[in-house]
Formats: sequence, C-alpha cells, structure tokens
Amino acid sequence: MLSALRTLWLTFLHLFHRRETIRYPEQKPYLAPRYRGRIILSRDPDGEERCVSCYLCAVACPVDCISLQKTAEDGRWYPEFFRINFSRCIFCGYCEEACPTYAIQLTPDFEMSEYERRNLVYEKEDLLISGTGKYPGYSFYRVSGLAIPGKDKGEAEGEEPPVDVKGLLP
Amino acid sequence: MSPIVSGLLNVVGILIVLVALAAGLTWIERRLLGFWQDRYGPNRAGPFGLLQAVADMIKILFKQDWVPPFADRPVFIIAPAVAMVTVLLAFAVVPVSPSIGIAANLNIGLLFFLAMSSLSVYSIVLAGWASNSKYSLLGGMRAAAQMLSYEVFMGLSVIGVVIIAGSFSLGDIVDAQHRLWFIIPQFLGFVVFVIAGIAETRRLPFDLPEGENELGAGFHTEYSGMKFGMFFVAEYIGIVLISAIITTLFLGGWRGPALPPLLWFLIKTGFFIGFFILLRAALPRPRYDQLMACGWKVMLPLALLNILLTGAVVLADRSPV
Ligand code: SF4
Ligand code: SF4
Repeated sequence: MLSALRTLWLTFLHLFHRRETIRYPEQKPYLAPRYRGRIILSRDPDGEERCVSCYLCAVACPVDCISLQKTAEDGRWYPEFFRINFSRCIFCGYCEEACPTYAIQLTPDFEMSEYERRNLVYEKEDLLISGTGKYPGYSFYRVSGLAIPGKDKGEAEGEEPPVDVKGLLP
Repeated sequence: MSPIVSGLLNVVGILIVLVALAAGLTWIERRLLGFWQDRYGPNRAGPFGLLQAVADMIKILFKQDWVPPFADRPVFIIAPAVAMVTVLLAFAVVPVSPSIGIAANLNIGLLFFLAMSSLSVYSIVLAGWASNSKYSLLGGMRAAAQMLSYEVFMGLSVIGVVIIAGSFSLGDIVDAQHRLWFIIPQFLGFVVFVIAGIAETRRLPFDLPEGENELGAGFHTEYSGMKFGMFFVAEYIGIVLISAIITTLFLGGWRGPALPPLLWFLIKTGFFIGFFILLRAALPRPRYDQLMACGWKVMLPLALLNILLTGAVVLADRSPV
C-alpha cells in the first residue's frame, strides 16, 4: 500500500521533468554517422564508379531488393543497371557488409517517403553520388591485381611483379 | 421560468456537458499520461492538440458499423446502449450546484446511483456474451466476478455517510456537510469507496475486464466504430460520475468558501478525475485472484468496521446519558 502511494507520488513528479520527445519535423533527431538509412553508391577517389558488379550485395540481401547487370569495358567491370527497390529494403546493411569495394553504403537519411510505390525504385543514376562516402582514399583497382588500361599486372600498390612460372631462375 | 422549462434546460445542459466532457477527457487523459511519462501526448491537432478529440470523434463516427457474423446480433447492439444509458441516468441524482441538478432531492438518490452503477455491469457481461468470442467472454466473466465482490462493500462503505446524514438523498447529504466534510469523520468509508469506485468504473489498476495485454481488449474485443465509441464514452462518463459522487458524499459537494458553488463542484470533481488518471499512469494491474481476495478479505471487513464505529458513535451521541 505504501509503495503504491510512493509510486503515485513519483509518477506525479514526472509532470515537472524534461520531456524526452523530439518533436520530429521541426526538430531533427541526431543520427549517428553509421545510421542505416538511404543507400548510395560511392565513387573512388578518381571519380570512377566503385561498384564492380560482383553481385555479392544482391546475394546477401535477405529480401532480394537489389538487381543489377554486369557489363565490362576496357577490363573494368561496371553495372549496366543497378536498381534498389526501397519499398522492400529493410535497411539491414547486409549489402554494405558484403560489398568488397566499399561501393554500396548506407547513409543517415530516412526521409524518402513517396506517394507512389514505384517512385521508391531507385536506379543507378539516383543512387550514385559524386564522392567517396564513408571510406575516402580507397580504390579497388589501385590495390587489386587486375590489369586495366594504364596499370598492368604487378603494378598495383604493394604488389610484387608477377613470377614467371616457366623461368628457371630462383 | 416554469419548473418544466428549467428542468428540461437542466437535463439537456447536463447531457451535452457530459458528452462533451467525455470527449474532452480522452484528450486530457492522453495529455496527462504523456506528461507523466515524459512525453507530450497529442499536441498536433489545433492549439495544444485540443482538436484531437474532434478528430477522434469524426473518425469513430464514420467508421463502418460492423457486427461480426458469429455474434448474437440484438444483444450485441443493445449492450453498448445499456452502458451509456445507465451512467447517464445515474447522473440524474447528482446535485451539481444548488440550482443545477435533475433530481438531486430524490429521496433514494444514493440507492438509485448504486442500482444504476450495478446495472452497467450488465452491459459488459452482455457484450462479452454476445460477442461469442473467448476473449470477450473471459472479460465479461471477470467483470461479473469483480462487480460481485466490489458492489457489496461499495454499498456498505456509504452507509456511514447515510447514518450521519440520516438520508439517502444526495441533496440532504450535501446539506448535512455544511459544518464538516464527511471525509474527516468517514475517512475509512472514503478510502473504501474510492477503491470500490475505481473498480466500478473498470479503470486501471482494476481494468481486468479489459486487460489489454492478456485479453486483447476484453469485453469489447469484437466492437468497432461507434459501438466501441459508446463503451468508451460510457467509461469516461463513469469516471466523471464516480468523481462527482465522491465529491458529493465526502467532500461537501458544491460547498466551499468564496467561489461559486458550480466552480467548487468542478474543482473537486476535476481533482478526482486527475487522480484517476494518475492511478492509471502509476499502478500495475493486480492479478485476478488478488483483486478478489483484497475485496472480500480486506475491503469488506473495513467497510463493516466503519459501519460499526459510525453507528456506535452516532448512538452514543444521541442517547441521553
Ligand atoms: S540494406 Fe539489406 S535489405 Fe536493403 S538492400 Fe541492403 S541487404 Fe537488401
Ligand atoms: S555494390 Fe559492391 S557488392 Fe554490390 S555488385 Fe557492386 S561491388 Fe559488388
């Protein structure tokens, strides 16, 4: 009985406490930099698309909302189209985890409501940003052994020249 | 003004004020609950969110009026009406101020109130039964058992007041408090009556017939639209009613210094309405058997003790020693 009265009193005192509510549209909440919101495709420091269309994100996605098609040009791989259906996406971030090139990234932005469902399907043009996103300085082609125009095998950062397996020298 | 016209004015006025108050209370309750939980509550529609009540009313009025095919149709429809009618009728005997009040001097006013509040249980039991669903039936059964145990000492707790005032008429009871409010000589009765009143209105912490987290919504699980709305309005008018009766029986009704009687009545009633909402914000729901055990083993003896003491004191006072 006494504890009940004490509870009543303590609850009453909450009338004079600070409100925890963030009045959202007028007052923006703080979102952590790693908040999982709208997905973007980033570019490497040279301004080229980072995505190498390896399909890993599409495989990792639990709701199958990523679809893309590979095309190659001068030894580099690009997505011919890259489509994310945000009406299905659950913002789990698995695609970001799976991506080997830091291309796909989630951002702290969730204000993407639409009146029509099909407007939630974002194409590559809508997803691509001009910067590097959360990982500045990383470029897949600079560190990988793949030969592209202007960079032959063995010329990547930290890479040894290829060994001639048929040579007899030690 | 002829008595008929003033009587009609009284009736219509009280009716309108009550229903408007019930709608307003939905807003007040949510705002207060919000404050007590460090939130704001509804504050978007209109100034301070006041229009929220209007928005809710529009929504609930325009909802499809749907009766589940498995329900017992006539009873299903009558039940919410019973809930409304009984609480509104019970208000007839409340003396709001010396001039406002429909039948404040009815010589069995208190009995009439008790009868009406007991009748309102029928609406819940019938609703639970007619819905033909397990949750509803459980809710209805709980309501019946809860009423059985609480009705008894609710009636007994006011006997002390009746003994002192020497009348069942609420008008006379208010008059008898012109020197001392009954809350002081009848404190035990007051406590017991307040607890019984909470159980009577089926408010938290005694809302076992609804029990949202165990029974869905209890007896009104199957109700929607305005039928649900009527249960809702009946519940809020019930709160106002119980607060008004507590005020009348124990706090001297409209009596008070300086301010006009109507204002005093509103202040006292409003205080208890706020208290009811605070109870909801603060206390958890007891288990079902705890509720019954508390009713029969604690409250009933307390009420009987109260009658015994009051009777003894009054007798000793009157007998020419
Ligand atoms: S965040 Fe999850 S659901 Fe959304 S695209 Fe990436 S993997 Fe799919
Ligand atoms: S976004 Fe990343 S994981 Fe997805 S296809 Fe492109 S490189 Fe592969």
